[in-house]
Amino acid sequence: MAKRIEDFTIRENRRLSNDIFVLEISGNSYLPELRPGQFVEVRIDGSPETFLRRPLSIHDVDRDTNSIKLLVQIAGKGTEKLSMLKTGEKINIIYPLGNSFSMPEENEHFLLVGGGCGVAPLLFLAKHLLVQGYSPEILLGFRNRDRIIELDEYQSIGPVYLTTEDGSKGEKGYVTSHSVLKNEHFDRIYCCGPHSMLQAVAGYCQRNNTECEVSLENLMACGIGVCLCCVVDTVRGNLCTCTDGPVFNIKELKW
Amino acid sequence: MVNLGFSIGALHFKNPVLTASGTFGYGSEFDDFIDVSRLGGIILKGTTLEPREGNPYPRMAETAAGMLNSVGLQNKGIEYFEEHIYPKVMNYDTNVIANINGSYIEDYIALAERFNKLEKITAIELNISCPNVKMGGMAFGTNPDSARAVVRGVRAVYSKILIVKLSPNVTDITEFARIAEEEGADSVSLINTLLGMKVDIAALKPSLATVTGGLSGPAVKPVALRMVWQVANTVKIPVIGMGGIMNAGDALEFFMAGADAVQIGTASFTDPQASVTVLEGIEKYLSDKGYGDIKEIVGIVNKKR
Repeated sequence: MAKRIEDFTIRENRRLSNDIFVLEISGNSYLPELRPGQFVEVRIDGSPETFLRRPLSIHDVDRDTNSIKLLVQIAGKGTEKLSMLKTGEKINIIYPLGNSFSMPEENEHFLLVGGGCGVAPLLFLAKHLLVQGYSPEILLGFRNRDRIIELDEYQSIGPVYLTTEDGSKGEKGYVTSHSVLKNEHFDRIYCCGPHSMLQAVAGYCQRNNTECEVSLENLMACGIGVCLCCVVDTVRGNLCTCTDGPVFNIKELKW
Repeated sequence: MVNLGFSIGALHFKNPVLTASGTFGYGSEFDDFIDVSRLGGIILKGTTLEPREGNPYPRMAETAAGMLNSVGLQNKGIEYFEEHIYPKVMNYDTNVIANINGSYIEDYIALAERFNKLEKITAIELNISCPNVKMGGMAFGTNPDSARAVVRGVRAVYSKILIVKLSPNVTDITEFARIAEEEGADSVSLINTLLGMKVDIAALKPSLATVTGGLSGPAVKPVALRMVWQVANTVKIPVIGMGGIMNAGDALEFFMAGADAVQIGTASFTDPQASVTVLEGIEKYLSDKGYGDIKEIVGIVNKKR
């Protein structure tokens, strides 16, 4: 799949909470094939302190408007600058980067699990699965009710199970303590979120003989497998999160 | 038409824009973005005798106008290179240069012998300046006696073009350039990364797993330029300058300071088309100013002082 470097235009920059926003960007030409799990590398202009590009998961794709949505949490100066972009402004991106989630096998019972802003690639995955004829179920975890990221779109795709750490909405606790994981067996789980959540979900999957793919987020410079900075320790040695991942089967990871 | 060509010994380069080792993979990673064959040459990711897994994660930290890395020469070793990577670089219509690294002089010599047999590899860059390996690397490039010994050893077995990549982490870089020249190197390239460090104040620990790493990017350019100028005024062999070149203007500074060629490094991380953009910008500048040959501006700062 050929990678491109292109200027995109901001269609909309919408705040969901004080530190989370959705950036909708559109290209001038037809989007190439994009697969769930893939990401873009966004250039941050205007400051020597934000020298490197920022890797961001593809949250959603709208082919009618050639646009891509990025769900972003302000984590530093780079994402803060992105949060201030206005409609009509341009950003330069390199895309599509990385591998993607694999599709379920026939008759597999599967679940999408996401936490916090890590839900980003799961909306695109859920929509893709639906189009492919699957019936996605989605388990999402947030710190509290104010941190919940718009559920409507997920709810229009399939059943959504919810946890919050303080119990202010959905079941109280982490995603791994949700009753759906106790009451049902899943053959496959797709997971994206904070590192501790990925490890907890991976542990659940190992105990329950569940196939599991996680999307990792590592510090990255180039995004194209050249700098070898974003490596993750695997059974095949150090692999690049940007080109061998970001999606890994937990059987491959040594963590 | 501006003549951009230059030569190191008998080896001709169609233009003086090369890509720096470790920032350009093996070339194919950039095929989607540029025609790699337009460049004067590419310097491949560093190769060692045995496969190396490199240093633990995190190996990178962003800094003001640059980045620190402590990759630690992760590569799959010479055997894998010969079998799997060499066939893929055969088709580039440009100079393909290997970057060799070792923990012992014998490693460098063995690698030089292997690369000598690979027809498409027209030169090697002897990396005696990697700051991220425990043994070898920079240890060779910061001690005059070991620098001399390793260049001498490799020169004895390597018949093609030998470039020595110098470390900036020394008091007087010209001493090492002179040693390389005396021992028969055909060219020197500089600078490798500057040893640096960053602290994660939230975690109260170093940002890199190895504590220290190599600084690159625009932050190092003034230092690199000064060293290139010093070295160009010291040795007669061609000097390849690098360090923080982001655009044609940066590259032109290096030529004017005395570099015969430049390498584009960290810029390729933020813009995979940077090398070709720099090449086009140099050509345009020279043509606009009415120069017929890039050599007319090499070292020109010395005439204007």
